[in-house]
Amino acid sequence: MNLDVNGQQRSIDAAPQTPLLNVLRHDLGLNGAKYGCGEGQCGTCTVLVNGAAIRSCVTPIGSLGNARITTLEGLGNLERPHTLQKAFITEQAAQCGYCISGMIMTASALLAKTRNPDDAAIRAALDGNLCRCGTHNRIVRAVQRAAKEMA
Amino acid sequence: MKARASLGGRGLHRRRLVQGAAGIAVSFALTPLAAQVMAQTATLTPLPGSMNTYRRLQGWLQVGADGLVTIFSGKVELGQGIATALIQIVADELDVPMDRVRLVSGDTARSPNEGVTAGSLSIEQSGVALRHAAAEARALLIAAARERLGNRLPAEAILGTADGFVTAPGGERMAYGELASSARLERDITTVPRPKPVAARTLIGRPVERIDIPGKVTGAAMYVQDIRLPGMLHGRVVRPPSPRARLISLDESSARALPGVVSIVRDGSFIAVAAEREEQAIAAATALRSSARWDEKATLPAADATLFSGMKALRSEDTVVSRKTDGAALARATRQVQAEYTRAFQIHASIGPSCAVAQWEAGKLTVWSHVQGPFQQRADLAMTFGLPAADVRVIHRDGAGCYGHNGADDVGLDAALLARTTGARPVRLQWSREDEFQWEPCGSAMVIGMRAALDADGQVVDWGHDVWSHTHSMRPGDPDGDNLLASWHLATPRRESPARNLPQPAGGSDRNAIPLYDFANQTVTNHLIPEMPVRVSALRTLGAYANVFALESFMDELALVAGADPVAFRLRHMKDPRARAVIEKVVAMAGWKPGAAPTTSGGISRGYGLAFAKYKNLAVYTAVIAQVSVERATGVVKVPRAWCAADAGMIINPDGFANQMEGGMIQSASWTLLEAAPYDRTRMLARAWSDYPILRFSDVPRIQIELIDRPEEPPKGVGEGTQGPMAAAIGNAFAHATGVRLRHLPLTAARVKAALA
Repeated sequence: MNLDVNGQQRSIDAAPQTPLLNVLRHDLGLNGAKYGCGEGQCGTCTVLVNGAAIRSCVTPIGSLGNARITTLEGLGNLERPHTLQKAFITEQAAQCGYCISGMIMTASALLAKTRNPDDAAIRAALDGNLCRCGTHNRIVRAVQRAAKEMA
Repeated sequence: MKARASLGGRGLHRRRLVQGAAGIAVSFALTPLAAQVMAQTATLTPLPGSMNTYRRLQGWLQVGADGLVTIFSGKVELGQGIATALIQIVADELDVPMDRVRLVSGDTARSPNEGVTAGSLSIEQSGVALRHAAAEARALLIAAARERLGNRLPAEAILGTADGFVTAPGGERMAYGELASSARLERDITTVPRPKPVAARTLIGRPVERIDIPGKVTGAAMYVQDIRLPGMLHGRVVRPPSPRARLISLDESSARALPGVVSIVRDGSFIAVAAEREEQAIAAATALRSSARWDEKATLPAADATLFSGMKALRSEDTVVSRKTDGAALARATRQVQAEYTRAFQIHASIGPSCAVAQWEAGKLTVWSHVQGPFQQRADLAMTFGLPAADVRVIHRDGAGCYGHNGADDVGLDAALLARTTGARPVRLQWSREDEFQWEPCGSAMVIGMRAALDADGQVVDWGHDVWSHTHSMRPGDPDGDNLLASWHLATPRRESPARNLPQPAGGSDRNAIPLYDFANQTVTNHLIPEMPVRVSALRTLGAYANVFALESFMDELALVAGADPVAFRLRHMKDPRARAVIEKVVAMAGWKPGAAPTTSGGISRGYGLAFAKYKNLAVYTAVIAQVSVERATGVVKVPRAWCAADAGMIINPDGFANQMEGGMIQSASWTLLEAAPYDRTRMLARAWSDYPILRFSDVPRIQIELIDRPEEPPKGVGEGTQGPMAAAIGNAFAHATGVRLRHLPLTAARVKAALA
């Protein structure tokens, strides 16, 4: 089976019902998307499929066809971070950081649709992503910063 | 008792209290060998922080020929930013760029044993030790440079340090790397090193970016969950359906036939499976679960309000932890007030379920783990397997946020039990969300009885505080029991350690039960309930969260009786100038007006509440004001805004400090408004986030924080300062908004609606 991950065609040897999250983590060695609940309830496994934020833990790879899959690693890297990643560093918008990949991917989908979302729109977009350390307000500030820089 | 001896090797173990040289409280118990070591060190000069018990300089700090500085800490990164703060402290003291400092932390083969990373003590213990180690190293490097320059250097010349070099007056510079071999850094520290004066600090007190955030926002392998070893298998456990259930039968055949399954372990009621791929392990665990038959017992307490009367009826070990008497003051009493407060069982609920990687090689075990106490986990692993501690190595890696004793220790044993059956192939095992919700220890439910007497002037002349609670610490590392979950389920089960209360002045159940206010008479009594039908252990702040909620709610109740403004009422009972300063500061920040009336419009009542605590009565001073809105028809309480003023002495990293305070306030708002572990008489009932909701973005308060820096004061822990004050500020704001006092945590919509009906 082939998957289009971060702009590359990847050949995967796994059953079609395998959750995308497991393939990203264990077959492709990508760390961004995290296992949090396996039921699509926490958002830490969020990736983009054709630009839409989806829960990779409940998405079987067999359902993806030729869709474009983008993970945290597809946005940028340490040397060339994406505007959102830079904004999260500038705002120091993490404590443990385990939820942050999901936050950035969800924000990325939001900013692709909405150029200058207000505070309420950012919070509404992120309401399905859980953070336990209490970093919410910094995360909102990071998304606002990125939105300004991308506008 | 191999584990006991091994713990003694490093000299320390939780439980009793040793007053450190710098007046720093360290919760440890002395093992017999440690007592000997302490007896020997009693004649030595007391040294600051953890250095007092671990005196080898090179055990804290080494300088390589390449000029790289490696520092060693027993404290670990839990998402609180300690790795950055420790590096910042050393970089400042040693005058070396932060990116030239490497931290080795929480590796039982390489780090000093500094106990558990808990109680907001990492800066006080490890930070202080490393600062002094860096000061010692700096002095030795300067001495080595002086020796090298010899006659070329006038005797009166003063050498300095900058940017990883020793600098001489003529402009000559010698790199630390060149001096390291002749600087004799391998030595015991015998006298208290002298850190730089405040004016010479370059990094301490300044906001420094966390070293781990760039990796964490770009997908670098930062977490124990990201470890991938050659030949690594994936594991899952099949836990019993309820706390005291026992396995009657299991049919392994269907699971064994599934693709990728490598090993199935069944030992008593412990069941685990290892497979080539994680989803294969999950499928096999599902098959095993459906074939398992269990004998379940209804051992859990009542889940309604009778829980609390039931707790008070259980046998308890009662200790008066504070008493003051003044008969003359007592004789002035004119009014008696009392109230009872409660708190539900609550769950850490980290976003990432616990995970570990275990590998056996030639009878020796290595576990990669996100525990708070690597040495303590090692002790219990060694105990479970009957190994000398030297044959077990625990290496800390970051995990998802840690708010106390969750499943991190337990999953290490699960992975080790499974890896014992897979030869040299390592096993990575991450709990399911359900495993975590069902089995991680809860923060104990608590009942707190408050009583006070006021005189005719409205001054408190008598005070009583009674706490009924299970213990708040059942961590590994206790020589009198095995506190790893799976060890209780084995065919030859191990026993957990007896319940104990962490003693004052830090306290456990009674943490922050002793008021900082100045009362002429007071009695504070801890009632430790040894029985533990619900699994309990340390949840961030231990008993302080509910004790501060009760104490600070009761102060508002008394102010109301006395007809006084809550702020003025507190200040007239408070002498400590630093406590007064944070209260006065937060009052100014929020524009608190004495006697300001609550408002109601559109069915929503709004009010303000204030609360104060000095965490453990030993650490950060924190005052919080919360604004709440109460939707009267639904009972939904929200906290739109909150303010916090805090003083932790010398500030290391103001941005890290603020991040911890804000995070604590939001977590506390979630505990306070929403969280109670659901259960029936047999089973714990939370399986998914839908069963245990936490606060989400739209409902998170907007927060303003101001910090008071006291650079000449020792730095104090900050990570647990706000939880208690935030809870009480919300409760007080609710009472201000509605005129109704709620005394039971959490303040759920159903409870609020009933109270307002």
